[in-house]
Amino acid sequence: MQWETVIGLEIHAQLSTQSKIFSASAIAFGAEPNTQASLVDLGMPGTLPVLNAEAVRMACKFGLAIDAEIAPQNIFARKNYFYPDLPKGYQTSQMDHPIVGKGFLDITLEDGTQKRIGITRAHLEEDAGKSLHEDFQGMSGIDLNRAGTPLLEIVSEPDIRSAKEAVAYVKAIHALVRYLGICDGNMAEGSLRCDCNVSVRPKGQAEFGTRAEIKNVNSFRFIEKAINHEVQRQIELIEDGGKVVQETRLYDPNKDQTRSMRSKEEANDYRYFPCPDLLPVVIEQSFLDEIRASLPELPVQKRERFQAEFGLSAYDADVLAASREMANYFEAVNAVCGDAKLAANWVMGELSSLLNKDNLDIEQSPVSAEQLGGMILRIKDNTISGKIAKMVFEALAAGEGSTADEVIEKKGLKQVTDSGAIEKMLDEVLAANAEQVEQYRAADEAKRGKMFGFFVGQAMKASKGKANPGQVNELLKNKLEG
Amino acid sequence: MHHMTLAEIARGLADKQFSAEELTRSLLARIQQLDPQLNSFITVTADQAMSQAKAADARRASGESGALLGAPIGHKDLFCTQGVLTSCGSKILTGFKAPYNATVVEKLAAAGAVTLGKLNMDEFAMGSANESSHYGPVKNPWDLTRVPGGSSGGSAAAVAARLLPAATGTDTGGSIRQPAALTNLTGIKPTYGRVSRWGMIAYASSLDQGGPLARTAEDCALMLHAMAGFDAKDSTCVDQPVDDYLAALSQPLAGLRIGLPKEYFGAGLDARIGEKVMAVVEALKKLGASVKEISLPNMQHAIPAYYVIAPAEASSNLSRFDGVRFGYRCENPVNLEDLYKRSRGEGFGAEVKRRIMVGTYALSAGYYDAYYIKAQQIRRLIKNDFVAAFNDVDVILGPTTPNLAWKLGEKNSDPVAAYLEDIYTITANLAGIPGLSMPAGFVDGLPVGVQLLGNYFQEGRLLNVAHQYQQVTDWHTHAPSGF
Repeated sequence: MQWETVIGLEIHAQLSTQSKIFSASAIAFGAEPNTQASLVDLGMPGTLPVLNAEAVRMACKFGLAIDAEIAPQNIFARKNYFYPDLPKGYQTSQMDHPIVGKGFLDITLEDGTQKRIGITRAHLEEDAGKSLHEDFQGMSGIDLNRAGTPLLEIVSEPDIRSAKEAVAYVKAIHALVRYLGICDGNMAEGSLRCDCNVSVRPKGQAEFGTRAEIKNVNSFRFIEKAINHEVQRQIELIEDGGKVVQETRLYDPNKDQTRSMRSKEEANDYRYFPCPDLLPVVIEQSFLDEIRASLPELPVQKRERFQAEFGLSAYDADVLAASREMANYFEAVNAVCGDAKLAANWVMGELSSLLNKDNLDIEQSPVSAEQLGGMILRIKDNTISGKIAKMVFEALAAGEGSTADEVIEKKGLKQVTDSGAIEKMLDEVLAANAEQVEQYRAADEAKRGKMFGFFVGQAMKASKGKANPGQVNELLKNKLEG
Repeated sequence: MHHMTLAEIARGLADKQFSAEELTRSLLARIQQLDPQLNSFITVTADQAMSQAKAADARRASGESGALLGAPIGHKDLFCTQGVLTSCGSKILTGFKAPYNATVVEKLAAAGAVTLGKLNMDEFAMGSANESSHYGPVKNPWDLTRVPGGSSGGSAAAVAARLLPAATGTDTGGSIRQPAALTNLTGIKPTYGRVSRWGMIAYASSLDQGGPLARTAEDCALMLHAMAGFDAKDSTCVDQPVDDYLAALSQPLAGLRIGLPKEYFGAGLDARIGEKVMAVVEALKKLGASVKEISLPNMQHAIPAYYVIAPAEASSNLSRFDGVRFGYRCENPVNLEDLYKRSRGEGFGAEVKRRIMVGTYALSAGYYDAYYIKAQQIRRLIKNDFVAAFNDVDVILGPTTPNLAWKLGEKNSDPVAAYLEDIYTITANLAGIPGLSMPAGFVDGLPVGVQLLGNYFQEGRLLNVAHQYQQVTDWHTHAPSGF
């Protein structure tokens, strides 16, 4: 049987506010346990929450960026359950009246086509603390630094049809929240976490299969692996005559499998009700207008502009627009060199592989946009060839010069364009390879094509790569056939 | 000295008839001597009181003045007081010394009030007899075999017995007004949002409101003026200037329009209390007020609505008492679930458990719409009744309670009978309007209270009416024998 996968994602994005959503505590990652927990975060009797306006502003930014309806009045509700790292015995979240309503996000698939993924809602809530099970013999430690950290939970429609699409969607959300400056997107530190709702159904069937929810997957790679694993598990289960049960599962990256955490029957009745300590949040149109006016150019707009303005392919535009930093870098290179296609090739090629190799972010690039742009200028004006440019780039990366010009000068990499000098060098090459010259002249057109490359190679070798390749070709042809 | 009101104390301190230190020392001695009969204090903070009194005297010596500078008061034991046991009358807060002060505590301290201690109360403010406290029941100084009312029963008993001139209380369904009525005091529950709830341990967040209990309306005005005001730490606190309650007291009552809701005088009301209430109406008429009958048709639904909303909020508010971070923890828990179950099972008393269960049930999937949502709809109807009534009248007047103070233990076996004692007071909490109870005479030697309800932020008007009434009557000056 042919199976179709149906996926919906819940992404928790930690908002990069200065302080927590309902208290003045800081939210820096990695602080000593419980040093960022105030009376409110500890759930001390008599304490009360006060909503952080910045979290509301950030949620509205996101809502506007996905073309969503922003509720003029949204309401915080309490989600009640007991857990040691949940100090109040309830999580303050939003249930029936989330701040962000229906919206959508367009993603680019591998083949360059676009797909629209519906976003059901996004709501504000507070994070819980952490239970620490190591280091305490027979006991658990509790760190409430994270308790009260503002989260935006972004819930997608079940519009996603494969693990690859899921990853593309999460990447698009990741890029968007970073563009908006509302989340640092650091998945390793848990700033962006993903719950994957996965089900399968026979191809062509209208109703959805029973879904399982894989909790807290925290890297792009794991999202893909966890979903693929889960899809396989469900298909095998059904084909063996079994039934998928609605449950929460955990993905174990070490074993590359998911395991059951709790079933629907074991699920809590969270007894949601409006939080009486907080007033309904009223969003005024003027507040939204002000935010809308301050929105940066978003990935989709940037992608379109890169295609229209620079003539880049859909794929290139998508790669370059994927992060604000990458896009800014590319535009800075282009501003210096004035050749968008060369700039795109270098940023996506040499620069990206250098960064990948050393595991660096583009902000940490050892070669600045100004340096790269300056180097591309030298390719354009024939000072260096593309091949020599790679040497210059490596030298810049190694800090062997502050500009491309300096490297070229210091290393004597300037391209030779003096025809007299090239001719002299070619004469020497031909003389040293007299036998091959004979063979060439005796050969037919087809064979000559192959043999010509040999002479070019010898010539470039003799010039240490510095001879202008175009001139070498032209002059060599004249000499061999003339 | 113990018979003096706050206003008299203020004059005495200003005229240097005595010092705050002398007054505090005298009252501390009186508490030590008499409170064993009443059990109104959970904690007496004698050392702290003495140093606060000395500080108040020093402030006065350096030229400062103020009605509460050096005034002795007590706090209901759900206002957090830094470094002092804050028990909520519950075993589950055993050993809990609050790490901070409630806003009300801070404000009164800033005004120079001297805190003599923390006052007994129904556990988590749940009750109307002050019998559910882990620290034992409080006795009514007017008859030691009877209850003082609740949940601010310790505050009421201490002020009625002249151990203190005034105390703070909280009112979720009548917990200031009802004990005030049963102990011959004046007490006011302000408009919801008038007094900050920061540091006031929550029972039902949307209904809880702090306020004073004292012997006169004037003293309530002095206290409330210090307690009220916007607090950025409480999102439900209203950012509106505080009226000059003291100045409002002296307004004449000519032209005052009083509404008598017919629903307040029906079956269930002790007829002798009804007579006392009508006598108050007559006295106010002589002062120039006009009276008309009004109707609050949805009052009959108030108790069921209250006993859904309040327990629902309580069931969530009390989740933080889990034995993990503070307060009582059971011995030798075998695992997490055992820790939760036994800490809470052993730490909470019967009435608290009953309300947690009722509230948990009301919020459960499948019941939420039928109970919680329905109760909220009733709440809106009750509010609308008041809004309509206040188009025609300035204050609404009626009995505070249907019955006189009852015998200790009398209603323990029948929680619903005890809930019905709140019938006249809970509507004000559901609507969020201010309410005041003042002494209206005695039946069989037991005090009777009359209740005044006002429109939003009309605390000044309520205090004004009560004060004018107290200028022509002396019920409020009667002291229980032996105190």
